[in-house]
Amino acid sequence: MNVNVALEEDVRQGARTIASEAGPAPKRIVVGYGFWIFLLSDIVMFAALFAAYAVLAHATAGGPSGAQLFNQVSVAIETACLLASSYTCGLMSLAIGSQRRLRTYVAAVFTFVLGAAFLTLELREFAGMIAAGAPPQRSAFLSAFFTLVGCHGLHVTVGLIWLVVMMLQIAVKGFRPTVERRLLCFSLFWHALDIIWVWLFTVVYLMGVQS
Amino acid sequence: MTDTRYDRAPGDGFTPANMEEGPETGVLVYTVGLLLAVILTAISFWVANTSLLWTPGVSLGLTALAIAQMGVHLVFFLHVTTGPNNTNNVMALAFGVLIVVLVVAGSLLIMADLNESMIPAELMNLHMQH
Repeated sequence: MNVNVALEEDVRQGARTIASEAGPAPKRIVVGYGFWIFLLSDIVMFAALFAAYAVLAHATAGGPSGAQLFNQVSVAIETACLLASSYTCGLMSLAIGSQRRLRTYVAAVFTFVLGAAFLTLELREFAGMIAAGAPPQRSAFLSAFFTLVGCHGLHVTVGLIWLVVMMLQIAVKGFRPTVERRLLCFSLFWHALDIIWVWLFTVVYLMGVQS
Repeated sequence: MTDTRYDRAPGDGFTPANMEEGPETGVLVYTVGLLLAVILTAISFWVANTSLLWTPGVSLGLTALAIAQMGVHLVFFLHVTTGPNNTNNVMALAFGVLIVVLVVAGSLLIMADLNESMIPAELMNLHMQH
């Protein structure tokens, strides 16, 4: 009997606090969820590029193969840069949560520098490959490679520009709810790029060196 | 009204609303995530370069390591958890993963099948000469 009463009490408590009776969720949650959906659709686009790359990985048309072109040391440094940049981005969102301006700027500078270092290494790798007679038009494998890795690089470039814009917004507007929501979206974007890079370096570089 | 259980925004681990753990816990979570990610990355690079392992199994091992690292990133950096306030985020993620698996596995399967049933190159050249 007592157990039943306790259960009923629980049910009533639960019924009173369900979200559907309390009106729409706060805007931060709606915005974050919407951006999450966008990121997932972006990942689906990357899945299509990955599928194209995986299908064409051996279609070298007599040209150089991945094992001849890829430099694992440079890939390891790029991975380290992006991973560290994701970490400092996390520290930045903590600083934003407690509204500390200086910490936010310092973390943002680290995030930007590490992201820019990643991009520089990638562009040098691309330039080296094109100079060594492996431009995108050489074979289907290279077209797929440049599309996939270049698309990720383009995302990183957009992320860097976005980060600069957000820091300017903090400097001019301060920690307003709108600015904080945009920063939430930025950190989601940056962490998602790191997840795509994990997939990318495994499939393209590490497995590419295997075969 | 204060204890309304909305879903949490993705990536929202330590907003003022759920700050009872304090910012130190936040730093700890990110640091643990970074350490795990570094360890998994290091193992991936080692597995790809070592000659100690059975070669045909290497790509499967690399795939498993990559999936593990993506999980680490999702949990420690994006704060996607199995908690009841995260259901919407996890459902969206599950749908995304379904589409990704369909696209990648489907493409590989169909193209491998097509390659197998294609006319060999020499025969193809004979056809072209007519």
